Amino acid sequence: MPTPALKQTREAEQARQAGFVCRVFCCAGTACLSAEGQDVWEALCDARSTHRLDERVDLVRTGCMGLCSQGPLVRVEIAGAAPRLYGTVSPMLARLIITEHVTPALTRGDDFVLPEFLSSHALPDDLAFFTQQERVVLDRIDQADPERIQDALAHGAYSALADALECRPAELIEEIRTSGLRGRGGGGYPTGQKWANAAGTAAEQRFIICNGDEGDPGAYVDRSILEGDPHAVIEGMLLAGHAVGARRGYVYVRAEYELAVRRVSTAIKQAREQGILGDAVLGSPFRFDCEVITAAGAFVCGEETALIKSIEGQRGTPRPRPPYPSERGLWGCPTVISNVETLANLPRIIARGADWFRTIGTTDSPGTKVFSLAGRARLAGLLEVPMGTSLRTVIDTLGGGSKTGRPVCGVQIGGLSGGLIPAEQLDTTLSYEAMSELGSVVGSGGMIVLDEDDDLLDLACYFLQYAVEESCGRCAACRIGTHQLLNLATKIRQNGATDADLALIDRLAKTMQATSLCGLGKAAPRPLMSFLRNWPERIPRADTPDGGAA
Amino acid sequence: MSTTCCERDTVIDDQPEARQTLDTYLDSLPLTDDSTRNRGFLIQSLHKAQDLFGYLPESVQLLVANKLGIHLSQVYGVISFYSFFSDTPSGEFRINVCTGTACFVKGAGKIVEEFTRLLGIDEGETTGDMRFSLGGLRCVGACSLAPVVMVNERVYGNVTPEMVPEILNDCE
Repeated sequence: MPTPALKQTREAEQARQAGFVCRVFCCAGTACLSAEGQDVWEALCDARSTHRLDERVDLVRTGCMGLCSQGPLVRVEIAGAAPRLYGTVSPMLARLIITEHVTPALTRGDDFVLPEFLSSHALPDDLAFFTQQERVVLDRIDQADPERIQDALAHGAYSALADALECRPAELIEEIRTSGLRGRGGGGYPTGQKWANAAGTAAEQRFIICNGDEGDPGAYVDRSILEGDPHAVIEGMLLAGHAVGARRGYVYVRAEYELAVRRVSTAIKQAREQGILGDAVLGSPFRFDCEVITAAGAFVCGEETALIKSIEGQRGTPRPRPPYPSERGLWGCPTVISNVETLANLPRIIARGADWFRTIGTTDSPGTKVFSLAGRARLAGLLEVPMGTSLRTVIDTLGGGSKTGRPVCGVQIGGLSGGLIPAEQLDTTLSYEAMSELGSVVGSGGMIVLDEDDDLLDLACYFLQYAVEESCGRCAACRIGTHQLLNLATKIRQNGATDADLALIDRLAKTMQATSLCGLGKAAPRPLMSFLRNWPERIPRADTPDGGAA
Repeated sequence: MSTTCCERDTVIDDQPEARQTLDTYLDSLPLTDDSTRNRGFLIQSLHKAQDLFGYLPESVQLLVANKLGIHLSQVYGVISFYSFFSDTPSGEFRINVCTGTACFVKGAGKIVEEFTRLLGIDEGETTGDMRFSLGGLRCVGACSLAPVVMVNERVYGNVTPEMVPEILNDCE
């Protein structure tokens, strides 16, 4: 049961929102803010007060609305009418939305017809980008103001926590185990098992860490969740804390994600004020608090043992596992370290049950996955689909295919650790089992669509260059291997490949995959290897008679 | 490092206000006798120091090291490991071209070339008058706007080489 005070706050906010005939939502995610979103917001506020609509129209700044390529986005919801979403809104258009849509709709009701200059900016109601999604983790990201805990509460935040506090920790662990939730950061390790390991290791202290070091270039799933629904992540950490007996949590966020750092810090402060974090969580004997740690720019810190060292104030170099952090983690204590999206799934599973969760997705990968679509896709942005959806559905149906008009030749998925997947394999489904058969990973959710004109070998070199720069240098396989692989790839790009080059690349890649200490070195060869395997006709060949040793 | 131990920089003494703020911050940390645990405050302290001084010269590193009870070498080890920390001053306008995949695919390289041509400096360098620094930026996650350029806190999206002179003009 939530505390009476919390229940009151929730109901008061729901009543406040219900009191408005019209609510206008303005996307305040990084992409929209970067595209004049702040000016659009100010124009909306200004137009509302000019037209004395403060009491009838509620203005809400939300998290990412998803269709980032059409930003800034503004959504108008008027009682009795279908919601309308506007794209590429300028400050001028924002004013017109208030004067030519909201005002006449409120005064004239059903007689009102949207003028053409506005309807041309309105996105179609039946856009597959939205209708084909299944939103679990993103259910309130475009509904609530991430900087107001009241709004999150009105949309159900912390109600799962209240229920969970009445369960024994073992029951919670069992529920998550039954749900089959797997880590969304890339590894896909079962979350319930991780909890059981941490809870089963004798210790005086245990810790919960939220891994928000989303380093994979092209992925912005975690950023969007932290920015748009920080309370879901905090609630997930509280649930994990209660399950394993931890009293302290850390949210480790990339320094580049300045807005996410700010929003999570605000959310933590507000949760403390509401008695959700602190010495008596929701008035129970459970004690839990958390803080934000701003990372300092090292890709390898996304690896869990490196991340822990970073929190301890050291150079973020990984160490061999086992022991896993769930047994020996931060300061040597059992530590549950989970990705942002994984944590945001937890309140939804506790609220609706493991059996419900298993109805979504596949048997081995239940639930949904959030992806960030970019590159040559016609519609780029943030979307959530059930596990088991095919790549083709995401790229062609939701993303609208290629923007350039040239055919899609493949997709780069999962950042550095993923691979290049060719067009003929786009019917592969997005699930841990299907992607691993392809030698790729679902990974952090970054998806870069490529067209026929993209230079894939150049892209593979880009990833190798990235790996060279981000290798921490701890193990030779990665430190030297990434350099040598880049040299070889550059050589074949300039002079063409001989059979000996290709054989050497193959041997080197296998050695790196087998002997690197952490995921960075193991994964670094993947983009190049997937290029060589899937596009043999595009490999430049050396001009020797036998195509062999030069 | 730009200076040796015998001729340490005087940045920390030249900016008494920043020093005062940093001192207050470091004194407010709940430090204990456990130096291992105290190291946990190092990265946050360096963030604070870099916010105040703009970069982390040796004199600032030494102050942090002394307060946290750890060696200067350990502090430098951390600074040199993490790309966000710098021990050299940057220009008034920090121009960073995103190095993420989406930006790469959409031609970030040409944008860097154009800045290099117009400013006469390479990536990682600062102009002689300390006005502009040119660098790469790890993916900011605004991939739908690729290629992205950040100038200090300001974000430019869908940048083309033709826009580069305009961006430089905005830096006033």
